[in-house]
Amino acid sequence: MKNLTVEEVRQSARSLTNEISRLANRPIRIMEVCGTHTVAIFKAGIRQLLPEQVELVSGPGCPVCVTPNDYLDTAIAYSRKQDVIITTFGDMLKVPGSTSTLLLEKAQGADIRIVYSPLESLAVATNNPDKKVVFLAVGFETTAPTAAATVLAAEQAGLENFFVLTSHKLVPPALKALLDDRTTKVDGFLLPGHVSAVIGEQPYQFLIDEYHTPAVIGGFEALDILQAVYRLVKQLDEGKPQLENHYRRVVRAAGNSTARAVLEKVYCPADSNWRGIGVIPYSGLAVNTDYRHFDALVNLPVEVERLQEHKGCRCGEVLRGMIKPGECALFSKLCTPEHPVGACMVSVEGTCAAWFKYGAGRWQL
Amino acid sequence: MCLAVPAKIVDKQDMLATIELSGVTRQVSLMLLPEAEPGEWVLVHAGFAIQVIDEDEAQKTLDLFRELEQYEELDR
Amino acid sequence: MMSETIQLAHGSGGKLSHDLVQQIMLPAFSNPALNLLHDGAQLPVSGGRIAFSTDSFVVKPRFFPGGDIGKLAVCGTVNDVAMNGAIPLYLSAGFILEEGFPVDELRQIVASMGQAAIEAGVTIVTGDTKVVEKGAVDGIYINTSGLGFIPEGVTISPCRIKPGQDIFINGYIGDHSIAVMGERHGLTLPATVLSDCAPLAGLVKELLTAVPDIALLRDPTRGGVATTLNEIAGQAKVGIRMDETAIPIRPEVQAVCDILGFDPLYLANEGKVIVIAEPCHREKILETMRSHQYGVHARLIGTVVAQPAGQVGLQTAIGGMRLLDMLAGDQLPRIC
Repeated sequence: MKNLTVEEVRQSARSLTNEISRLANRPIRIMEVCGTHTVAIFKAGIRQLLPEQVELVSGPGCPVCVTPNDYLDTAIAYSRKQDVIITTFGDMLKVPGSTSTLLLEKAQGADIRIVYSPLESLAVATNNPDKKVVFLAVGFETTAPTAAATVLAAEQAGLENFFVLTSHKLVPPALKALLDDRTTKVDGFLLPGHVSAVIGEQPYQFLIDEYHTPAVIGGFEALDILQAVYRLVKQLDEGKPQLENHYRRVVRAAGNSTARAVLEKVYCPADSNWRGIGVIPYSGLAVNTDYRHFDALVNLPVEVERLQEHKGCRCGEVLRGMIKPGECALFSKLCTPEHPVGACMVSVEGTCAAWFKYGAGRWQL
Repeated sequence: MCLAVPAKIVDKQDMLATIELSGVTRQVSLMLLPEAEPGEWVLVHAGFAIQVIDEDEAQKTLDLFRELEQYEELDR
Repeated sequence: MMSETIQLAHGSGGKLSHDLVQQIMLPAFSNPALNLLHDGAQLPVSGGRIAFSTDSFVVKPRFFPGGDIGKLAVCGTVNDVAMNGAIPLYLSAGFILEEGFPVDELRQIVASMGQAAIEAGVTIVTGDTKVVEKGAVDGIYINTSGLGFIPEGVTISPCRIKPGQDIFINGYIGDHSIAVMGERHGLTLPATVLSDCAPLAGLVKELLTAVPDIALLRDPTRGGVATTLNEIAGQAKVGIRMDETAIPIRPEVQAVCDILGFDPLYLANEGKVIVIAEPCHREKILETMRSHQYGVHARLIGTVVAQPAGQVGLQTAIGGMRLLDMLAGDQLPRIC
């Protein structure tokens, strides 16, 4: 909202929150399913401005948080091999595996390089022909096409020492799994704006048709979020669930078909294990047979240590919006940003990390 | 999960565009958005342009937020 | 809870650095001057008080837009001494050099130190040099220690911070970190992004001449403004409320932060000072800062409050409230 003055922004926010308060005459639970939304909400101090009865709950929207231990263990095992260079987004570095993290491995001498773009991996591969470069391909539908495009670029360049270790996840199947779980109590969804930029509006239609749950695609500026919350509360007040797009400057109804085509060339849907939720059918991506020669697991044998899950970690319930971070016995005691037990605490956008850092809910003045 | 910023394309060479934001520039790939042209604002994520920002819609949103300032009660 | 091995985060100025000092150093050295954990020690000697501070410099790259490790080594310690309200006078300089380090580079670095010393009004009066085998250090490490004289009537201490006081900063935040980070990850930065590395002794002197009553001065180096404010809130047992819209950030620096996912409030600065004083001095402080070359963009950015003690809150652009915690480790570029 850089083109609005400070006063304009504050006044608009007040108008929206006044309306939300007026319309919200019963407890309402809105789930946002995007880690970037979780952080934006905390950074803007939005919960402070909403009435008590409107609760914003964070769902499984942080791809780092839902990445299971065994993926990390595999990445760590690769990083310990002398002839392997790991390239990864910074988000993965502190995520705990069964017994270690990539950051700890880096401190012990593993060649692990942080990239902003997966394309940076290709330069690493070109400059280190005697090494194998393994890119940790995580992320939802916003990021998966970038990894897929990188594979295509590697193919074009004739690179033979570049591989991907995939753990991409898809949003719509996760939403369905959440709604099929009777313990989930959600009145409406704030849908991820940037995932939607790729997939468009249609994949969410089932939320209305089959589950009659209001859903609004929202942007990430504070006013975008307030606008989306207002629209959800209004839908609930009117009793007419709809799918609305309030991020039209970025989200076209049809999404980005080129990005989807690139995605489908390299990847196909596959069952995927979500930390704390379990296996959701066709909720992840696997490398297509045509591109198997880029799949790390297929081409690079590796021995992975035995999987250990931490007892007492309730990330799964946090991710499903069933409990707040404060209700987990480990929160801020055994599990802190410096010593995270579960992934919710690790990612900057993990619900628990955000709660820890930004203050649970409302900060009393 | 999707840290992305709007930036302006100032140059384009085939599948590579130079984007600029407040004087900071970077090359980004247009593999996911080959039709983007210099002068357009695009959403940039992980070194790729992933969508063109619709200027009209952006203006509409701005106008809406400005309007909100003045209204006690919203009616849409 | 200390880990078994040192991690990079123990040096990043945030929570782990704190734990290291609290759990390892303090128990071994404990004494009243040290325990205050201000930027330097204020020591009574016959005839007055001196301020004494030390810092080591290991920055890579050694040369960056706006400065180099030499300039940093002088300004860093000069500033720490000045943060005690002292007039910095004398520096020592200790060098640890790696075998094979190019002499020409060393020449450039010490020339830089000499120039910075002149600007800061200090003399480097003693020093030491050690050389170690190739691989034992990374090029060059510099330690500087500084002494300064604290004028009568000046008492800079977290104990003097009281609710109701104003909090100022002298200019743009995050410049140093972004300039040093330079062009990683394919970003090209405009020439306006320079390290803000500067000796602040002159600015501090003018401020204390205009307002001897200033309660606290502190430079937000590693860990950034947010971390420094948390330290202050904890030491002074007060709360701090900041205004997000008042914090000066260059658009170019904000752009890099937006792209890579950094929060500028946690980025290191090398030419910034946080000033805390009674509100009656507000106009004078702003006027004095803004007429100095290192305070042109000075702003009032917050206020000291009584509760919640030890916490720093940020009033956001939208009018909400966000808790600003201490950094847990270094910020990493992210996509999520």
